[in-house]
Amino acid sequence: MATFKVNGIEQNLDVEPEMPLLWALRDELGMTGTKFGCGIASCGACTVHVNGRAVRSCTTPVSAVEGQDITTIEGLAGMAAGANTSAPSLTAVQQAWIDHQVPQCGYCQSGMIMAASALLASNPNPSDAEIDSNITNVCRCGSYPRVRKAIRSLATA
Amino acid sequence: MKKISRRRFLITSALVGGGVLIGYSATRPSRHRLANTELAQGGEHYVTSLLKIEADNTVTVYVPHSEMGQGVHTSLSMMAADELDADWELVNIEQAPAIDLFANGDIIEGFASEFGVPSFLEGLISVSAIKVAELMNMQITGGSSSVRFTGEFGMRTAGAAARQMLIECAATRWGVAADECTTQLSHVHHNASGRSLAYGELAAEAALLEPPEDPVLKDPSQFNIMGKAISRVDIPAKVDGSAIYGLDAKPAGMLYAAIRFAPVFGTKLVSVDAGDALNRRGIKRIVELEDSVAVVADSYWRAKEALKLVSSVFETSANDNTSSADIYAGFERSLADENGSKVIEEGDTEAAMELAADVIEGNYRVPYLAHAAMEPMNCTVHIHDDKVDVWTSTQDALGIKARVAKIAGIAEDDATFHHSYLGGGFGRRLPFNWNVIDHATLIAKEFDVPVKTVLSREDDMQQDYYRPAVASNFKAAFDAEGNVLAWHNRFTGPVQTPGASHIPYAIINQSIRVVDGDTHVPIAAWRSVDHSQQTFFTESFVDEIAHRAGKNPYQFRMELLQQHPRHRKVLEVAAEAAGYGQNLPEGHALGIAVQESFGSIVAEIAEVSIGADNQPVVHKVTCAIDCGWAVNPDTVEAQVESGIIFGLTAAMYGEITIENGRVAQNNFPDYEMVRMATSPEIEVHIVESGEALGGLGEPATPPIAAAVTNAIYILTGQRVRELPIKNHDFSRVNPLAQV
Repeated sequence: MATFKVNGIEQNLDVEPEMPLLWALRDELGMTGTKFGCGIASCGACTVHVNGRAVRSCTTPVSAVEGQDITTIEGLAGMAAGANTSAPSLTAVQQAWIDHQVPQCGYCQSGMIMAASALLASNPNPSDAEIDSNITNVCRCGSYPRVRKAIRSLATA
Repeated sequence: MKKISRRRFLITSALVGGGVLIGYSATRPSRHRLANTELAQGGEHYVTSLLKIEADNTVTVYVPHSEMGQGVHTSLSMMAADELDADWELVNIEQAPAIDLFANGDIIEGFASEFGVPSFLEGLISVSAIKVAELMNMQITGGSSSVRFTGEFGMRTAGAAARQMLIECAATRWGVAADECTTQLSHVHHNASGRSLAYGELAAEAALLEPPEDPVLKDPSQFNIMGKAISRVDIPAKVDGSAIYGLDAKPAGMLYAAIRFAPVFGTKLVSVDAGDALNRRGIKRIVELEDSVAVVADSYWRAKEALKLVSSVFETSANDNTSSADIYAGFERSLADENGSKVIEEGDTEAAMELAADVIEGNYRVPYLAHAAMEPMNCTVHIHDDKVDVWTSTQDALGIKARVAKIAGIAEDDATFHHSYLGGGFGRRLPFNWNVIDHATLIAKEFDVPVKTVLSREDDMQQDYYRPAVASNFKAAFDAEGNVLAWHNRFTGPVQTPGASHIPYAIINQSIRVVDGDTHVPIAAWRSVDHSQQTFFTESFVDEIAHRAGKNPYQFRMELLQQHPRHRKVLEVAAEAAGYGQNLPEGHALGIAVQESFGSIVAEIAEVSIGADNQPVVHKVTCAIDCGWAVNPDTVEAQVESGIIFGLTAAMYGEITIENGRVAQNNFPDYEMVRMATSPEIEVHIVESGEALGGLGEPATPPIAAAVTNAIYILTGQRVRELPIKNHDFSRVNPLAQV
């Protein structure tokens, strides 16, 4: 039995300990906001937060997150708002993604937003070099210039 | 330019509850004889671009194209809503369902018959008459065509027709002349008497009218919605995880299939040993197909893990030892031995070569490329009770529905397609790239529950339909004064995009011919199709000619483009914005390239330096695009940024190689991508020429490779004639004096 919290809710899953968190989220819990892109932690489409840290879920076995707090794209705003139910339904990062019209096909953007959110939480004013070294996700549509603009708009805010 | 006649397409019908639906009838014009013959079984059906006005004054626009990030749902709705003078706040946008009523093949085919076949479809249409019939049943998104064809000839006309009909109803009700009425924000007004009626109040009556024969479209000065940077309607769902892609389908009771294909293209499965796979948790069955073996389980991960335990034997083939080197050697043989087929023969190139004071040569080559859309290929099929349901991300929902129904042995009317967003398309999700669709259907035939077949990233990369590898050899002849006399080009085919190898430059003698380039590697359209390879070739060799002539590459192009003012304009705008000819930071150089494709003309200037690792660093790309005019300027910019980065990835890193008959690459580490750290600053300038709308999804991709390598030449004196750039060593930096 694998036990961990997803977006604040405890989950007990009867799955193999080596099942990657990505597939536990998608196929077992039906939470499809987290995406499968490469399966080898190269592209970042599957990025979630484990205790607030950006982690690539496609190579993270559920055994490695036993008892940990997982946040996915679906819970990002809710987890940020905590008990404050009057908080907006989007985080500042998500809103910046809309303001700068960042996504195109959008498939990589869950992972991109999770990576950017984790970066900004630990480093509110990242330099270009810090953005480059922390956001290593692949976007085939080439949203990178807008990802950078959106992050910078938050950093200078 | 001839205008396509609109009137034969318009139809209306009343809606239950008192509304009106405007759409298109596709009774074939008599001159479309071939299509008529093939369509004989069908009478009238309805095509594309419907918009619905309901009693509550809401407008619904049905968009018959796939949304894959190009913003087509928003752009097409803007076009209909603006002509309608609708209140954008009251406009709903819906993906048109995959039913015949919303086929868009007719619009494309109708356009094709009058103006020539859109180049990305030419191969499909010309192959056989049967394919013309198949085309009629498409709901295709590709060829940078949605806004140009469906938008311009469908959406705007439907909106304008509806507006005229609503005015007519209001005028009749008020007993006034129609030309005394105006429209604004979903209302008809009679200013003289101060009366107004909402569209919703008129819709039921409008449904009884005959649609106007040739509705008048707005002049751009009258646009209220078009031309504005309207926020895309698909974006909010893409920031909170709620957007659903094909891979996210989860019908009740679904199983999952992992699949292993014959690694050498075109070979068949001989035998399978299941090993312990069936004893593992969750494994339901092993399915053997003609060219593949699949494991079906209650989770994709379990299926994939179990597949590792299955051993399989595939037949041997003549291609088992084929490598990229063999393929390139074959190209060289074709180029040496064949006269080839004519692309262009103007003047007397042979004589010019003989008389020339000087001749230069340049032999170019590019490798196969995979599409590598972020969403791996997948398809979910449920065959049950003589019906079939299908979920997949596709650039042609109707075509896929028909294909799945045919393979499932079920009538098309009993097939249901479930739409989703596409996690990238780039040509991979066009019709005729049938792998995964066919396989998913055959696997699902073994079950009465839904089965989702998923390609891993490795499968996706190794079982693609690739951008063709091409070799292209050039010669140019000069007179004693250094003027270019002749352009001689031989390249390997097949030609997927007629015209892509043409040059706009005024060179009197031109001989361009294509020789055989067929191999066992499956190929397909890849973003911008032949333009991506051909523009690298032609814009590089033009640069070689300019340097040989001792001319500044920008000035040289401008001089030879006297007959092409639109090309000159985008070059001029890009050059000025990029600071061409002005001082650059130490060690930086500018490379330039221009290409017309899909009706748009794009100039790109890349600012490049050589980094500490002896590899080029692309600092900035300045782009000027003449796409006629911009329906949504922000979408234009986004598509240009996207096209440049897609082309830059290909130029810098993209390479699919063949070893032992199969693809050698597996995943992103050996098929690298431009990422944040390597993504240049991009500046986009839209040149509004007011000409016919050009495409946007593709035209920014072609020029970037040559723009970068032309800059590399200035920096290093090395002419990059083979992509990708990463394979070259730039340690011997020998910069040219900038001319």
